[in-house]
Amino acid sequence: MKLAVIEPKSVSFAAGVVAAFGAFFGLFIGTSQGSGLIGVLGGAILMGGLAFLAVTFMRDQEKTAKWGILALFVIVGALLSGIPGAVLGALLGYFFGHIIFWVASGRYRTAVPPYATPGQVLWHYAFRTIAGAILVFLITPILVVMPLSFNAENFFTFTPEMLSFDPAGYSLRHYRDFFTNSDWQQALWNSVRIAPMATLLSVGFGTLAAIGLSQPHVPFRQTIMAILISPMIVPLIISAAGMYFFYSRIGLQGTYLGVVLAHAALGIPFVIITVTATLVGFDRSLVRAAANMGANPVTTFFRIQMPLILPGVISGGLFAFITSFDEVVVVLFVGSAGQKTLPWQMFIGLREQISPTILAVATILVVVSICLLTTVELLRRRSERMRGITPS
Amino acid sequence: MKLTKTLLAGTALAMTAGVASAQDMANDMTIVSWGGAYQSSQLKAYVEPYLEMHPEVSVTWDESSNEAVAKLRAMNEAGNITWDLVDVVAADAIRLCDEGLAMEYDPDELLAEGDDGTSASDDFGDLIVSDCYIPQIVYSTTFGYRTDMVPEGVDAPSNICDVFDLEKYPGKRALEKRPINNMEWALLCDGVAKDEVYDVLATPEGQEQALAKLDTIKDDVIWWSAGADTPQLLADGEVFMGSTYNGRLYSVIEEQDQPVGMMWDAQVYDLDGWIIPEGLDEAHLARVKDFIMFATDTQRLADQAKYISYGPARASSAPLVPEEMKQHMPTDPANAENTFLYNYEFWADYRDDIDAKFQSWLAQ
Repeated sequence: MKLAVIEPKSVSFAAGVVAAFGAFFGLFIGTSQGSGLIGVLGGAILMGGLAFLAVTFMRDQEKTAKWGILALFVIVGALLSGIPGAVLGALLGYFFGHIIFWVASGRYRTAVPPYATPGQVLWHYAFRTIAGAILVFLITPILVVMPLSFNAENFFTFTPEMLSFDPAGYSLRHYRDFFTNSDWQQALWNSVRIAPMATLLSVGFGTLAAIGLSQPHVPFRQTIMAILISPMIVPLIISAAGMYFFYSRIGLQGTYLGVVLAHAALGIPFVIITVTATLVGFDRSLVRAAANMGANPVTTFFRIQMPLILPGVISGGLFAFITSFDEVVVVLFVGSAGQKTLPWQMFIGLREQISPTILAVATILVVVSICLLTTVELLRRRSERMRGITPS
Repeated sequence: MKLTKTLLAGTALAMTAGVASAQDMANDMTIVSWGGAYQSSQLKAYVEPYLEMHPEVSVTWDESSNEAVAKLRAMNEAGNITWDLVDVVAADAIRLCDEGLAMEYDPDELLAEGDDGTSASDDFGDLIVSDCYIPQIVYSTTFGYRTDMVPEGVDAPSNICDVFDLEKYPGKRALEKRPINNMEWALLCDGVAKDEVYDVLATPEGQEQALAKLDTIKDDVIWWSAGADTPQLLADGEVFMGSTYNGRLYSVIEEQDQPVGMMWDAQVYDLDGWIIPEGLDEAHLARVKDFIMFATDTQRLADQAKYISYGPARASSAPLVPEEMKQHMPTDPANAENTFLYNYEFWADYRDDIDAKFQSWLAQ
């Protein structure tokens, strides 16, 4: 049985679709050059024309045509703006060469069921395009930061040397600055000292609170829950100002302990929410069964309940850690200059001195977070695998 | 010769003072400043030398000068002063002094004499604009422009009204997101005489006139709020010209080698200096006084000018400023042909009113 209807499409169809893509790219190029409308029209006409020519004259020599288009784009790009233009041209040329023949040969239908109407096919690809665009929108700011952090200049600027891939335009000086500047090192050290302690407290208190609040006999459960979760809902600046005055009176303002407690209070709601969610799937009769076999509540908790709700505890702890590690508002109030954390230092750096050291730090933090999340995910898979082979 | 002698004498004096009263002085000090190049000039000119003389002392920097007024209010309310010495601009110092958040002091008692023997109150002179204020430097808000974006066949901008001339100098401008300075410049370029600017600006019609002048370039203005913004915008070529503090432009031009030129016309002078928060305990106050005596003496203020192009607030420091820095000082005669002194009284009285008008004009 033939699953998909793959048949060559008419020239006008291919040219039209490719013109639409051309218009899409033209919109960006046109906007950056001053006029979006001209960009859209120019892109549509150029790419539509290219598709028309390629499909009309070279439908059977697909490989040659693709290489030809690629070469054409590279040459035009190089003529316009040197090496970076050529790289960009290569990417665009590859994309358009591919797309022209993909549309013209009807291969785009392989991924959809044969009975799909043209509207459904369009939606199938439009959906993926939109999803991809959202991903790009979310990730571009992070991706832009990374190359900029290797800037040899003291500004947030892609210099001409950088754009032409001249090694002189790149340097590690901002990384060196981060690792040798005592302000940054002190801030890093403070963050490293504060976040794990705050996480530990959040996880401890949050888990206990979640377990307590999941017992049906506890009175005013909803109210207590709402109060505990309130730091997540109340605007941070309000909590921060409140904590500032309260902690000042009891002598905690400007101390290490004060910052840890404040961050723990911010982290607890995350732990409560994730642990409560895992507790929903927890079978209470297991606890009774353990008690029935003579285990005291503490043993029951550590041997039965804890292993089962561990994923919730870990992800809650991860959120609590990130909250503390990323937090700038509360620490500005509750901490003093002696507790200057990494986000605080970045905040100052951004306001007073737009220095690419911040970008270097951001890059390092992104890499660290990726490593952290990967490790957690690998551990989770490993434990799942282990559980799978352990006879139960 | 004289210089070395003073230096030695000053050091010896400070050292004996340090030894004599080391018992009752706190050994930690939290200094609040602006961060960036300015803070590092303070660090090199007098904080590091002071720490070398007093190795037992540790200094913590807090880069919170921007929100010093709000934070000091909160500290006062909470009864928990954690700052020992705060660097603020003159306008903030006046507010803090009026609210009783900064300590009043006697210049001749707290500050060292000039190296020529002038009393401190004469040496600083009119720059002590408030009973709480210990001025350090004179800076100015002025314009920088991209030298490579000046149109062909046109002279580089040299007049404040070039900012408002979009035909001669097309391109974006960076202006500070507040009425101060912008309103004065707008009136100057709308035909108001220099000595009448504040009289005109005091009237609602005058304020309208200034905003109407700003309206002519509004579409081409990028508004900045941090001192680092304009240097970044200039380095990016995002703007043709922009206002910022002259020290920032100095660093862009001399240290970062960007194609930027200075336009000193109608620069506005302002002051930066210390205040001591009210309510410090004895030990911290003693330490701060000891530090201030050292950090504001003639040689130290002149030293600071080696690291940043701001003019020392002491008259006696001026001759000690290195020759190659003098040309970058806002007070250098070549740069100071047409200047403005920030009018503290006017802005204290009219700030809220004009701020509101300016903000609603911005939102239109």
